[in-house]
Amino acid sequence: MSPSTPTSHPEGTAGGSTSRRRRRGPRTWLAALPLLAFTGLCFGIPLGAIAFGAVTQTDPATGATRLTGEHLARSLQGPYLGSLIGSVQLSALTATVGGVLGVLIAQAVVTSRSRALRSAALTASGVLANFGGVPLAFAFIATVGISGVVTQLAHLTGLGWNLYSFTGLTVVYLYFLIPLMVLVIAPALDGLRPQWREAAHNNGATGWQFWRHVGLPVLAPSLLGGFVLLFGTAFAAHATAAALVGGSVPLVTLKIADALSGNVLTGQENVALALGLDMILIAGLVMAVYLPLQRRSARWLR
Amino acid sequence: MAAMTPTPASTAPHAGTGATAPAGPAAPGTAARPRRRPRPRVWRGAVLLLAGAYFLVPLIASFVFTVHVPGQGISFEAYTQLLSADGFTESMLLSLGLAAATIATSLLLAVPALVAVRLGSPRLRPVVEVMCMLPLVVPPIALVTGITTVLRWGPEHLSRTPLYQTFLAVQNEQFPVVLVLAYTVLALPFVYRSLDAGLRAIDVPTLVEAARSCGASWPYVVLRVLLPNLRASLAGAAFLTLALVLGEFTIASLLGFRPFAVWIVTISGAHARMSVAVSILSLLITWLLLLVLSRAGTNPATVSSAPSTSTSRKES
Repeated sequence: MSPSTPTSHPEGTAGGSTSRRRRRGPRTWLAALPLLAFTGLCFGIPLGAIAFGAVTQTDPATGATRLTGEHLARSLQGPYLGSLIGSVQLSALTATVGGVLGVLIAQAVVTSRSRALRSAALTASGVLANFGGVPLAFAFIATVGISGVVTQLAHLTGLGWNLYSFTGLTVVYLYFLIPLMVLVIAPALDGLRPQWREAAHNNGATGWQFWRHVGLPVLAPSLLGGFVLLFGTAFAAHATAAALVGGSVPLVTLKIADALSGNVLTGQENVALALGLDMILIAGLVMAVYLPLQRRSARWLR
Repeated sequence: MAAMTPTPASTAPHAGTGATAPAGPAAPGTAARPRRRPRPRVWRGAVLLLAGAYFLVPLIASFVFTVHVPGQGISFEAYTQLLSADGFTESMLLSLGLAAATIATSLLLAVPALVAVRLGSPRLRPVVEVMCMLPLVVPPIALVTGITTVLRWGPEHLSRTPLYQTFLAVQNEQFPVVLVLAYTVLALPFVYRSLDAGLRAIDVPTLVEAARSCGASWPYVVLRVLLPNLRASLAGAAFLTLALVLGEFTIASLLGFRPFAVWIVTISGAHARMSVAVSILSLLITWLLLLVLSRAGTNPATVSSAPSTSTSRKES
């Protein structure tokens, strides 16, 4: 507030503004306190409960709590392991297919010179990427479900089509994953400047050589980041699968929901917590890959 | 990743000619060009056509499903009976109320914190960022396992303490505060990103110093200087939160409450047409909100990119 204060960002403080920070510091710190307290309480406590419940066992008779790896071990066995593998397989498949198709569509949109097509496609992607969960499941049931419109018209059932299966779920997931990939990758494709391509062509490079040595290395962080984001999204999805397949496809989110809402045995409940912990670890790994990649690819997007 | 590698390569011929054709009339490869030029048009057209079909067919087919009853012809009953449907109004009002409360809570928490970080506590910045982004790592279904565990502590351990009343109050059927708390946690990453982008676009310290040296009080600075400049990103944050809350199914259904998304599932057995009709309407409403927002927002870039991030949790 003093007239001599530099207007640059406070991060770049020299000796002159340290006094300012000292004076203002405590007050501004207080403004951030509610947020920190809220996340600590409403996010930290449930998270702590998951971690605690996943590794402990309370004896119902004595009330004594002891440390155990039993729940985590059970969460990695039998049907639970199958559901984890099923989720990872579905997420990997949908992320790969969705990523490839998303890049193709984004490239078609970005290189098209029609501004109307471009803005329409990006707005539509923004909406469709949000069109998940329960409404999406119902739209697909109406379209290619057992008595769906397209199923009746094209006699899909005779062709062996079944929406309530792994394949059906893949088709449904792609409906929000492809637009998500388009949104994520379009800025990166925009960042590939035509000048680079011209420079490569003027130096005698073929199209393939351009992509091999310039395009792909520049896009690599964005591509990998997009793939990982799609994987995480598909991995965490629950509502679509719950409304669509119920329990016929083994997915970890459905298993957790079963364990929580079904006839709850004490042990089963802790296995749900252990499964939750497994999911957090996998999702954490995914984000640990995604966030640095996103930061790195941002370098090219200015 | 290996599967992805060929993709951009296959687009190379198309992209290469598309960009260089207008810029390089004197390029030496003119002989090859007439042969290569038609390909990109076909390629791009095919991709866009297939994509359009994949994304439009379910929407059109869903609409046909809701208005065409086999053997009876066209009927708009699924839409006209919606308002009188059992539970529709209650669940919709509950969802809207939850959304309003969540938007208010998350903005009241995030705006002061982010402004403070910009103004005088840059060292807090990484802490605030990590706190806001961490919920991205926890899938809603995992969060709900933690919440049910915590809620069960109430009856088990705290029944003699005043805290027990709090536990009961947050689970009130009429207005489950616990859902507002959970949704605020889920919304924080998107609110943070939207606000952070808005704050990045304006020079907060300069604005505040200018206003302060003109004699403005602190509330005046925040209400009349900062917030109007953040209008677009505030609207973006509010929209994302609204979309998230209206579509949220996992946490509400597992905690046993019945807002909008849970209601659709419960009626889908008896009223299949109506559940599909509501699904289409919810898409249309989302689309309208997004259009309004991108018109109102001064920075369309943040608007069009922001919903992308919201999906990672909203799909639940």
